[in-house]
Order: sequence, then C-alpha cells, then structure tokens
Amino acid sequence: MSTDISWLIGGPQGSGVESAANIFSRACASMGYHIFGKREFYSNIKGEHSYFIVRVSDRIIRSNINDVTIMVAFDAETIFRHYSEIMSGGVIIYDSDLTQISIDEVHTIDAPYNSRLVKQLGSKPTIKTALDFAKSNGAKLYPISFKTILSNMADETNNPRLRGMIRMYNVLGVSFSLGILKMPPQTLLDAIDAIFAKKQAIADLNKNAAIYAYNYATTKFPDLTFTLKPANKTPDTILIQGYQGTALGKMACGCRFQPYYPITPASDESVFLESNEIVDVKEDRPGSTLIVQTEDEISAIGMTIGGALTGTRSATCTSGPGFSLMAEALGWAGINEVPIVVTLYQRSGPSTGLPTRHGQDDLLSAIHAGHGEFPRIVYASGDIEESFYDTARCFNYSEQYQLPVIHMMDKLLASSVITCKKFDTEKIKINRGKLLENLDRGTNYKRFAFTDDNLSPRSKLGLENGVFWNTGDESDEAGHITEDPEMRIKMMDKRQSKLDYILKTMPDEEQAISFGIEETCVISWGSPKGSILDALELLKNENIRVGFIQVKLLHPFPKSYLDSLLKNVKTIIDVEANHVGQLGELIKQNLQKKPDYYILKYTGRTMTSTEIYESIKNIIEKKAKTRQVLTHGA
Amino acid sequence: MELKLGDYKTDVHNDWCPGCGDFGIVNAIQMSLAEMQIPRHKAAIFSGIGCSGKTSHFINVNGVHTLHGRVLTFAQGAKLTNPDLTIIVVGGDGDGLGIGAGHFVAAGRRNLDLTYIIFNNGVYGLTKGQASPTLKLGEKTKSLPSPNTNYNVNPIGLAIASGFTFVARSYAYDVRHLKDTITAAVKHKGLSFIDVLQPCPTYNDINTRDWYAGIDEVTKMTKPRIYKLEETGYDPVVHYDEEAEINEKLTQALIKSLEWGEKIPIGVFYKNEIISQYDKRIMDKIPNYLENPPAAQTISANNKPITDISDILNSLSV
Repeated sequence: MSTDISWLIGGPQGSGVESAANIFSRACASMGYHIFGKREFYSNIKGEHSYFIVRVSDRIIRSNINDVTIMVAFDAETIFRHYSEIMSGGVIIYDSDLTQISIDEVHTIDAPYNSRLVKQLGSKPTIKTALDFAKSNGAKLYPISFKTILSNMADETNNPRLRGMIRMYNVLGVSFSLGILKMPPQTLLDAIDAIFAKKQAIADLNKNAAIYAYNYATTKFPDLTFTLKPANKTPDTILIQGYQGTALGKMACGCRFQPYYPITPASDESVFLESNEIVDVKEDRPGSTLIVQTEDEISAIGMTIGGALTGTRSATCTSGPGFSLMAEALGWAGINEVPIVVTLYQRSGPSTGLPTRHGQDDLLSAIHAGHGEFPRIVYASGDIEESFYDTARCFNYSEQYQLPVIHMMDKLLASSVITCKKFDTEKIKINRGKLLENLDRGTNYKRFAFTDDNLSPRSKLGLENGVFWNTGDESDEAGHITEDPEMRIKMMDKRQSKLDYILKTMPDEEQAISFGIEETCVISWGSPKGSILDALELLKNENIRVGFIQVKLLHPFPKSYLDSLLKNVKTIIDVEANHVGQLGELIKQNLQKKPDYYILKYTGRTMTSTEIYESIKNIIEKKAKTRQVLTHGA
Repeated sequence: MELKLGDYKTDVHNDWCPGCGDFGIVNAIQMSLAEMQIPRHKAAIFSGIGCSGKTSHFINVNGVHTLHGRVLTFAQGAKLTNPDLTIIVVGGDGDGLGIGAGHFVAAGRRNLDLTYIIFNNGVYGLTKGQASPTLKLGEKTKSLPSPNTNYNVNPIGLAIASGFTFVARSYAYDVRHLKDTITAAVKHKGLSFIDVLQPCPTYNDINTRDWYAGIDEVTKMTKPRIYKLEETGYDPVVHYDEEAEINEKLTQALIKSLEWGEKIPIGVFYKNEIISQYDKRIMDKIPNYLENPPAAQTISANNKPITDISDILNSLSV
C-alpha cells in the first residue's frame, strides 16, 4: 500500500509552526518521501492562527488534499479551526491542558467563524466538544500534556529552565508525530541539525527534547496502521521553498541587479537573493547580484530600468499593489525597448485584499497595466521547478525581443515547500539578443534603427561609440523626440510587430504545455497545475480521461497553437484562482470559443486536488453548474 | 584627442522660449563636461519631464529622458550597475520636489556619487504656469487664477536634511558660476545637488531676470539680489568627523538657505565628504563591487550560464 499522509501543525503566528514544518518536511524528504507543503498565515506578526500542511507520499505529489491524517495542536484555535478536517482513522495529537477552553476564550476567532462553529457544535462549544465531533467522525485522540512533558524533562535532566519553555512545543509536536509514525529517530535529529545549522546550542536543546518526546509517543500510544519507514530515494532530489525557484533562476541566468520594495509574498525572494549576494562564477572571480531596497515600487522599477540600460540583466520582484505602482514605468520600458523582468508574486486583491493569501487575480492587470499601447510578454509558471527554468527564459525573451517581461508567480508558489529534481543549470541557455559588446569608431549608431526584423542593435550606457538617447516621448531612430505622424506610424509598427514575431519565433512547447488532449479538457495557467494533475490521476484510476492544457504564454496570446490543441475538444473546463475566470476571458477574446465550465476559487486559500477531482467529476456526471466555486480550507 | 565644447552639442532643434534660463544651464553643463574632458560614452544625462526634461536631447552624451518625478530612480539604477559612468540628473522643481519628493529624500539617504540639478523657476511651465513647490505662499504668477495657497519647499534645506553631501545654488544667467558649480559638484565624492535659479520668462513674472538683478519695476531696488557665498568668507566644508563640526556646518547651511528676498546667496552651502558613499557601503557586503560591478560581469560562455549555484543546491539536497 502506498503512503500518503497529510500532517497539519497549527499555532499562533510566531510560535514556530514554520520551523516545525521544516523539520518534519526535512526528515520525511531525507527518508526518500515526496513532499508538498503549504503555509497559511494572517497578515499579522504575532498571535493570529497560522498553520502548515505537509503532504508526504512515496509517489510524486503536486498538491494538497482535503483530508488531514495527523494534526498537531498545541493551542486551542488550531483545534477549533481544523477539527472537522481529520479523516476517519486519522489522529489528533493535542495538548490535553486545552480541553476545557471554550470558544469565547479564543479571542483570535473572528465573528463569522464563531457563528459557523456554533452552528456545527452547538452554543458555547469547548475544545472537548470539537474533539468529540472529530472522534465521532472516526478520528483518534492522542492527548498529551505538553506542560507536564516539559516539566518531567526539566526534572529528569536537571534543567529547570525547560519548565517554562513553551517555545519548544513545536518541536515536541513534530517529535510526537514522527514517534507514532515510527520514523527512525536519527532522521529527526539530523533534520533538527539541518534546520538549526547555525545555532548549535538551540539545536542541542531541541534534539534533547525531540528524543524525549519521540520516546514518549512510541511507548504511550498504540501503533498506527501507517508508518514512515525509509522509502525509495529518488536521486538528485532537493527540498525547496517556493520563492527559491525564481531566486536561483535569477542567479544562474545572470541577473545581477534587483531593486525591490518589501511586500508579501514577494520579498522573501529578494531577501534570499541578498543573503546569497555574492555568486560563484566558473573559472572567474566571484560575481554579485546587487539587491537594493528602495523607497517604493516606483523607484524599484525605475532603478531596474536604469540597470538594464547599462547592459546588466535586471529585475524587480513584487506583488499586486506594488505592480500597480509600476504601471507608468512599464510603458517607458515598452516604448524604449528596455529588457526588464518583473517577477509578480500574486496575492488576493483588489487593493490590500487578502494580503497574505493566495490568488491569481492579476492576470488581466499584468496584460493591461500602463497607458498606451506597447508590447510586453506575460509568462506564467505552473510550479516551483518550472519557475527556475522559466526565470531564465523570461530574461532571454526580454533581451531577445527587447521588452518588459512579467513573470507570473503567486502566493502558493512562493510559500510552499516541495521536493523536486535538483535544478540543472546545464539546461539553461542564455540569449542576449542584439546586445552590443563593441562598436567601431565612426559608426553612426542609432538605438532605434529600422531593421528587417524590427529589432535594433542594443547599445548600453558606457559602450564606446554607442552613445544613445531614450525618451518616453515618441522618438526617431536616434531616440530624439518626434511628433511626426509618419515616424509615429513607423515606430508604433516597429514595436507592436514584436507581438506577432514572438508567436512566430517562440517554440510551441514554451507557449503552452499539453498533458494530453481529450474530449473534455481542462485549461489553466499557473499554480493550479499541481492540483489539476493530481486530480486527473485520480480520475484516470476510475477510467475517466480528461485532458489538460497549461497555458504559459498569456500575452501575446498563443492563438494558433491553442486553436490547434482545442480543435477536437468538446468541453472546456477553465480552472483559475480568481472570480472572473480571467484566462476564460482571454479565450473568449482570442479564440472565439468559451469555456463550458469554470472551476474557480477566490477564498485566498489554495485549491486542493480533492476539490478539483470532485468538481470535474460533477461536470462529467452532468451535475455541475457552469461555475463551481471552491471553498475548502481554513 | 581633446574634446571641444562643440563635441558636447547635438543638432537637435531647441524649442525653449526665447530668453529661457534653461539655455544657460544646458550651456553650463556642456562647458563643464568639456572642461572635465569626460568621454562622451562615459557620461549620461538623465532628465525628468517638463521643459527641463528636454535637456538630455541637446547634450551629445548618453541621454535618458525619463518619467515625471522618477528621474533619480532611473539614474541611480544606472550608477549602481555601472559606477564608472558620470551621471548628471536634471529636472524641474515640480518634478523633483513635488511628484518626486520621496525619491529626492531617499536618494539623499543613499549618497550615490552623482549630481542632481534642479531647474528652479517656481512654475510648471509646460502645462501653462501652475504653481510649483518652490513658489512662495501668497504669490500670484501671471497665469494663476488666485494666489498660491501652499507654503514653499526650501530645496537647499530639504537636500541638507535628506543627506545630500554637496548642496549648492547657482543662477542660470551666471553661466560661468554655474559651470564652476557643476564641475565642483561632479568632482564631489557623493551625491551633489544644485538648486539653479532659473527665470521662466513666459510664466513667472515675479522672479524675473530683472528681479534677480534688482532692477525690477516693483521693488525699486538698486542692488542685485544675488550674491556669492564664496565672496563672503563662508566655509561650507565639514573638515573633520566630529559631531560638533558636522552640526555647525549643517545648521549654518540651513540658516543660510532661509535667506531670500533682498539678498539671495548662491554658491556651495554645504559639503561633506566624510559621510560614506553608497558604493563604499555596498563594498562592506560585496568586497569586489567596484572592480567587478554588475554591468562588467560576464554571465555566460557559449550561451551557457557560468554562474555556479551548486553550493546552494547541495545545501538543499536531501
């Protein structure tokens, strides 16, 4: 029987939920398991409910599912938020000192959720009521007094400081879990060492507590039907945080400048880059990716453009609100044919929206941001592994076609933790387009010279004999202002022709990926990819065949390739994390086709494969309305 | 080969109004570049939006005519990636002190080695003469429907408070003084700012050439309002790294910046080369930044990346 465990740990923000999940993920990954983990958190520093669900399997997994196998709760809110997600036969490991807490004592539970709880559990529910509910659904309850464990440990090790160390609850929770799952204890200790690599004293303290808790769990609780014994290791596997994909892509493909302004969920990427600012270069002195924290996003994109003008591969990284501020400068990059990359980690809007939650509602914004008409590329990655290679592609596109490229990412991609195949820089190509490295003396260089392919040789600031002018006004070939109507036509045509040229020259498989075409076909873009692929596998097991097209190039829209893929498709299902069905709008606009069904989610929580599976099944069984709106997740 | 003044001029048609102070500024920049013999490809003029924004097209070095209020951001991006460039940033008072005021302050905090020149004429000329941030409260230039309701920004004071390390004022019709000030500003190690009093003959009928010369009809003055700080024994330089010295020079400059009306000082108000330049701060984390800055780095060989990220990938391996 294959292993497929979903482990949930929750607690107040700041209580070490993330470290616990990292230890758990690391331990499981090092045993050879595949990992898909996601983090949910409030826009808050300390106190609000945050949780991590880590799915562990011996098969490749790309998404979360609805059912939770094991939940670790060292605070009351985690139980109140998640008690109904535990599958039959699953386990709740919880702090037994919490049992009497009633809902009114948990001040971080807001009114709308409070009233839903009361509806399900009756008036004035307590932790006990919630746990009884879970038990009646088949969950097993494993009560442990965390306080007593610490106090016993303090006595036995003669270390009274341990008694009050509630910061250790997270590690206790992981260790109990791995204990009852019969994970070899050394794996747990190694994972703690890896996570606290730079803090030996903390690592030692945690390791002592971990072993104590591990042994306690193995002796105290009965064996589960599922265990985490060593699995078959896939060679060359890495365990990676979402934002590291684009960051490592940038480092590898030679991005050497990234100004940015702090914003969730984008800034983790810039901070990671700054933590690794000096880069190794083969057979050369070290290079560096200069990271500058700017005063706002307008400055971030302005500096990025300034960097690109010196021939430096330059990018910025932001989220929806910051991207809105960049709109004017995006047009400047467009009219001046400047290659920049904007990595756009979407979250739920509009305005501040759900600032720490997932969403894909900025597709049309990315395509239309900025006034006037200018060419750009909007390109979307479907998972973290793709995002590494796509980052390198985006820089190539930007230089090859001399335009701004917006690389669409999102909160799910930024804050999930997965195992995947180690990135291979050998697979990356670098194409700098018509960037000039030298020019002969006496050349009458013109930055926007008309050429057969409408792309002009590109000088850079500082290049001898390559002095050039840029302006946000319409310009002539030299880059000086013009308002001449005929020059205007020529220049507009020169720039706008890039859109067709891109579709003609970009290989089909870079425009969209077909995972099989069937009569019923899912079409999507970005991070729903994982949930869709996992759902289709479940359907395949039931002999239900559904196709899937992942659109990567969103602008210019790959009309002819998608037309050919969709030629014989009878039912189109559009899956997106937004309200409008923005890809659906592009399909209507460009293909004279429209999706027959929409599966949409805009709660700010990510889609599970369970939800996609059920929704597609409803469609197949003709039980679905045109729009199915997904709701799962706390 | 020696570069002549003419080498720094383009043949782009100049459409500024006759008598505009901007002509003096563009001439002074060209003269200064020629005097310093800066190779054309190593110099770049970054300009904002408005009449002054066109400056970059008239000077025969790299010219980047950017967005309203954002010129400093573009210029800093270029300087950060290629520190070898000599960058002169130009823009209007509305551009730099109105819409771009946030960038002005942030640039001061960084102290990159570049020069920012504000063409200060008190009005938004290209949109037909609205009040700019430097126009005094209650003044009514000719196209304003009613007197200005805002207090004015003090450009010199704001620059000092924001961390600019060279702060000066000059006058568009004193081209020699302006040229010398620009040269001193460019040679200064750090971020330099020049507030250039620039009469707008079309829309500012208060601060006119005659008014600065003290011969306007209204005030019946007999002496020029403008005088040179350097002729008064004023010492703008922070000589040593002591709090008392720095505070004295800052305060002195701030007080001097408030002088206006019958006597208007031009010259260097404040100069501090003790405060670290931004590139030195970068070198604290990237020691070889100046010898191998972003723009100089090779990133590929035979279309393949040469950056080696294997150490990081190995640390992520399980």
